[in-house]
Amino acid sequence: MAHGSPRNRSGIAAAGRLILRRLGSALLTLLLVSLVVFTISALLPGDAAEETLGQSATPEAVAALRHQMGLDQPAHLRYVRWLGGMIKGDPGQSLVANMPVGQVIAGRLPNSLTLAGLTAAVAIPLALAIGLLSALYRDTGLDRALNLMTLGMVAVPEFLVATIAVLVFSVTLRWLPSITVVREGIGWAEMLRGYAMPVMTLACVTVAQMARMTRAAVIDQLSRPYVEMALLKGLSPSRVVLVHVLPNAVAPIVNAMALSLSYLLGGAVIVETIFNYPGIASLMVNAVTSRDMPLLQACAMIFCVAYLLLMLAADVCAILANPRLRGQ
Amino acid sequence: MTPTVPLREESMVKPASTAASRVRHWLSGLSTSGRVGLALVVLWLVLGAAGPLLAPYDVGAFVSPEVFDGMSAQHWLGSDYLGRDVLSRLLSGAQYTVGLALASALLASATGAGLALTATVCPRWVDEVISRFMDTLISIPSKVFALVLVAAFGSSLTLLLLIAAATYTPGAFRIARALAINLNQMDYVQVAYARGEGRLYIATAEIMPNMIHPVLADFGLRFVFIVLLLSGLSFLGLGVQPPNADLGSLVRENISGLGDGALAILAPAMAIATLTIGVNLLIDALPGRGRRITGGR
Repeated sequence: MAHGSPRNRSGIAAAGRLILRRLGSALLTLLLVSLVVFTISALLPGDAAEETLGQSATPEAVAALRHQMGLDQPAHLRYVRWLGGMIKGDPGQSLVANMPVGQVIAGRLPNSLTLAGLTAAVAIPLALAIGLLSALYRDTGLDRALNLMTLGMVAVPEFLVATIAVLVFSVTLRWLPSITVVREGIGWAEMLRGYAMPVMTLACVTVAQMARMTRAAVIDQLSRPYVEMALLKGLSPSRVVLVHVLPNAVAPIVNAMALSLSYLLGGAVIVETIFNYPGIASLMVNAVTSRDMPLLQACAMIFCVAYLLLMLAADVCAILANPRLRGQ
Repeated sequence: MTPTVPLREESMVKPASTAASRVRHWLSGLSTSGRVGLALVVLWLVLGAAGPLLAPYDVGAFVSPEVFDGMSAQHWLGSDYLGRDVLSRLLSGAQYTVGLALASALLASATGAGLALTATVCPRWVDEVISRFMDTLISIPSKVFALVLVAAFGSSLTLLLLIAAATYTPGAFRIARALAINLNQMDYVQVAYARGEGRLYIATAEIMPNMIHPVLADFGLRFVFIVLLLSGLSFLGLGVQPPNADLGSLVRENISGLGDGALAILAPAMAIATLTIGVNLLIDALPGRGRRITGGR
């Protein structure tokens, strides 16, 4: 980095502006997403008042409750009120739990974050290793084997991985419990045993995605002239990859990580349900089954926020890692 | 992306008999894994189309006194949790899974490509509006989006088809738009504009034929995603509703046999896996696409 100090400062300012613009764009997208989510869930044929009172309710009772819940207001007013509540952290009342949605979610969110964090901690090093190995030994037997393996893992549904894991580790070997119990004061060993299978299942799909993208990013760099130069100088291929290519491939790799971690969001829907894990995703599935719209909307928005945060993180890393991007 | 000569002209010059030789040539260019993929895809397409004709028993008939029975001469894949024939149910389930996913992927790819062409040849603001809308939809994780749609509209077969298509249209749009925008800058398209050709003509006759191959590969991927999405939803009990059952529902309804490692649960699960892995292997081996990332679910 042979930047003069003023140039460097202007580079940082440019990167800052770029990051701010991405942030603004993410916020705008989030606003539009909230509009989409609200519109879809407000298109319901029945509404929450009818749902709560059941079929035998008199029209007067339904109308009264509807008024009380503010459902007789025009849709745009309800949207503004809903959005305001969402921002203040009060997304309404859960119809089934009969509790504030915020409270229901607050009990579940840390669990989901723990699961996601553990999965990322397992998946990222593993994916990096697989991706780098197959890029390093590209077009050899090892690469082809790894390619087949990741391709298979990407294509297999999460519930298949989960059921096979349960079959092998809980039923046949009896090593691990088939549902994950989360409660205060359980020991580390107990916790690790409980988390092993959900984390393994989630990591499977994520690792495959991430490894494939890492490989693609590194191979893209390997075709550049500077790599040829380094090889002509007589450097060993592994040194070229680790010392020359990797720093240049950081941005695309981080991008790939963020993208793959977003698959974790979808995978969590299945995995949390299978292992009866008390997280946001299984909460959302319950909300769908019981048609608990306020809860569903809040869960959906949390997933969208998580997705946009991941994308934003990927963008920011890409901007910071590549000085050329700052100029754009 | 270099524009390829449309295949039509080639076949007009040569007699029809070369079609078979071209297929042979195409097959010989395919790697081993690609051929395995092709075989799996063809197998499941045939089973999906002819499933009920091949089924030895009626889908809903209780034919075995034993539940979760193993393989036998009468019941090749054993019996399920109610003593029904697993093979018959599997064939019927494959029909739902393959049929729904095919129709849905077709709808998603066609809508995506259509919107992409519209965005490319129409004034800039049309592109801005469509792209902004699609970017919004793509920011909702696909399973989450599908769950919201199922909660709002329900899950009849038609609705599931539409929901899966809506969920994967934004991705198809994004790929097709990138292709179409590139092609739109090509000299031969610019010449067509200069000739005064209409937008519809440019979209369908100039751009469309040259992006059809990558769009078809993307269609294959959409198909895989939709199979995974629909069977995932069915596995959660939110997809295909009883008495109908797709492969995901079969895994769900037989989940109590997991402890015995029953075929009733393994067979449909393996069916989904072989179908999706087959499509992925085939796409991965397609020429031109090389080993591009097969991801994006």
